[in-house]
Amino acid sequence: MIQNLKQSLIVSVWFVFLTFPLMVVRVNTMDQVVIWRWMNMVWVAIGSFILSYLWRYMLARQQVRKKVADEGVEIRSRTQLLLEDMSFRYKAMGIILLAALVFPLVFDTYQSTIMISALIYVVLGLGLNISVGLAGLLDLGYVAFFGVGAYSYALLNHHFDLGFWITLPIGGILGCLFGIVLGFPILRLRGDYLAIVTLGFGMIFKVVMENWDGLSFGPSGIANIDKPSFFGMDLSLANSTIYIYYIMIALVIFTILVTNRLKNSRIGRAWIAMREDEIACVAMGIDIARTKLSAYALGAFWAGMVGVLFASKTTFINPASFTFMESAIILSIVVLGGMGSILGVIIGAFFLILLPEYMRAFSEYRMLAFGAAMVLMMIFRPQGIISNLRQTYEYKGSKDKINNG
Amino acid sequence: MAENKHKLLEVKGLTMDFGGLRAVDSVTLEVHEGDIAALIGPNGAGKTTFFNCITGIYDPTKGDILLHPKGLKTRRLNGLKPNKVTEMGLARTFQNIRLFPDMTVLENVMIGRHCRTKSGIFRAVVRGKRVREEERQIVESSYQLLEKVGLADFANEFSKNLPYGAQRRLEIARAMATDPFLLLLDEPAAGMNPQETADLEQLICKISAEEQIAILLIEHDMKLVMNISDPIYVMEYGKKIAEGNPQEIKDNPKVIEAYLGEETDA
Ligand SMILES: Nc1ncnc2c1ncn2[C@@H]1O[C@H](COP(=O)(O)OP(=O)(O)OP(=O)(O)O)[C@@H](O)[C@H]1O
Ligand SMILES: [Mg+2]
Repeated sequence: MIQNLKQSLIVSVWFVFLTFPLMVVRVNTMDQVVIWRWMNMVWVAIGSFILSYLWRYMLARQQVRKKVADEGVEIRSRTQLLLEDMSFRYKAMGIILLAALVFPLVFDTYQSTIMISALIYVVLGLGLNISVGLAGLLDLGYVAFFGVGAYSYALLNHHFDLGFWITLPIGGILGCLFGIVLGFPILRLRGDYLAIVTLGFGMIFKVVMENWDGLSFGPSGIANIDKPSFFGMDLSLANSTIYIYYIMIALVIFTILVTNRLKNSRIGRAWIAMREDEIACVAMGIDIARTKLSAYALGAFWAGMVGVLFASKTTFINPASFTFMESAIILSIVVLGGMGSILGVIIGAFFLILLPEYMRAFSEYRMLAFGAAMVLMMIFRPQGIISNLRQTYEYKGSKDKINNG
Repeated sequence: MAENKHKLLEVKGLTMDFGGLRAVDSVTLEVHEGDIAALIGPNGAGKTTFFNCITGIYDPTKGDILLHPKGLKTRRLNGLKPNKVTEMGLARTFQNIRLFPDMTVLENVMIGRHCRTKSGIFRAVVRGKRVREEERQIVESSYQLLEKVGLADFANEFSKNLPYGAQRRLEIARAMATDPFLLLLDEPAAGMNPQETADLEQLICKISAEEQIAILLIEHDMKLVMNISDPIYVMEYGKKIAEGNPQEIKDNPKVIEAYLGEETDA
């Protein structure tokens, strides 16, 4: 404690010294005077002191935790215990659902639009979470499946006038098929190679869409895509935003339900086992090829579905929406939220999408703050926001047998 | 070896080359029903490589691996994928423990049930009665296996938090969950203290007697091997140099030489 304070003090003095010429002294060449900005020095001193102290404090805390963990005793934080409590979970879910439902009635169209894009990323994150978080297959080209969904709606709507609701499952299934097609060549790849090849797939999708004018109308994209129809009625912009918002809420709930069930199923366990140790997994009788393909296909399914919704929301798409940056953001959501954790991914998506949105006021600094937040996160909580909720299983009869034995 | 016992595994002239290195050199070996067979030999003799060939992790250069399940027709295992070999009833553990660290103890065993259960993606999403019943059975049989190896109290711990000896027993339970009729154990007593080794000895005998699972084990602990195994196969530099019952092995001059050479080094 004292040691930390002392160290931080030294750091802050050092910083003041280093930044002195830059922050404090200013030579006004016009009037030939030197301006001393002492206030700046105070700020630098206080800022660096606090940051340094926080840094040390966090590091020390992490050290303690690590030590305890090394001694074989497992530390379970209060949040973790709370999250494993079912009744708390149901209550929390009820409140959140209620808040989500009244949201567009309380806030304006602009807020709803932001919320829709956050929800889109929730679904994307949950989809990618299947292949990256659960099955451990790094995918840097995930946005391609999103693009497949978006383009399938845009094209089917443009050429055949197909509506949103019919195309929604079609988009999902097309995404799924692409997942399988791309899955085959990468079955044997691992780690870095997998990352590079999937990155390539993502790029190829964008390049093809940019250049295959006959199919995709090239870089100029496709405009005038229909918004979702509401029993054949035309809705005003505000109303249609609210309508899309509710569709999105339903889609998110559907995604959570399905991915949660998958995660706690025979297939989901196989994914996790494959992530943990591929050789042990195959030696336990699990078909790795099938397990990998199913993870890719199901991950891609959600991207395809939500791609359809994206196209119908923006009513205009072009290849620029499907850059590597998107893949990187979706991957960050999964990593930041906590690999494999559904709740973590949801929180991660809101954090990563909403924060930059609301920080627009500090526009110059927001990407900086964003990057700093990510780095700090990876240092102090590499497992992500929510980590490793254990799945427990009920077994009657086990209790008495343990007691007897 | 009683002649009338059913032959389960028959390995003929198995050879495995890694580039210029012949890790396993025409080894012939048989495991019969009810056997606790042992494969011993100095470090680097090729024992683990032999296991890896049988279980499909490596594709052997030469030789035949024949599995004779009782009441089913003979299968040649060469070139089969590991999961197919496991499906056929041949399970294994690993010398360097390979559990799924971030899964609970129970889940580790449940993975073993994967190849004996069926529900697919759609069923998992709908989660109908059949799936719930299947899940219940998976949990139940996994729990029972944990009770058998004495780990039921740890069912909901992460497997990475188990002590070393318990991890080895968990590997055995996980392998047993695949319903094998032949179990390959790669140095199950490695890193165990004498008490744990004694418990393990009992466990292996129990598995062999109660579950009708034949066992082939690699082990450096000679006391354990001599106590429970018959027959014993000895390998050195990839070649099989001896086979027989414990007494014959103890008296075999080649084995004494192979091991004495090692012991004076140690
Ligand atoms: N994948 C591989 N590639 C190349 N050489 C290998 C490979 N696996 C094993 N070897 C070599 O084959 C030989 C036999 O190794 P193996 O692991 O089978 O020995 P072992 O009898 O199990 O020894 P130990 O008692 O130490 O476990 C060693 O010389 C080893 O270096
Ligand atoms: Mg070995």
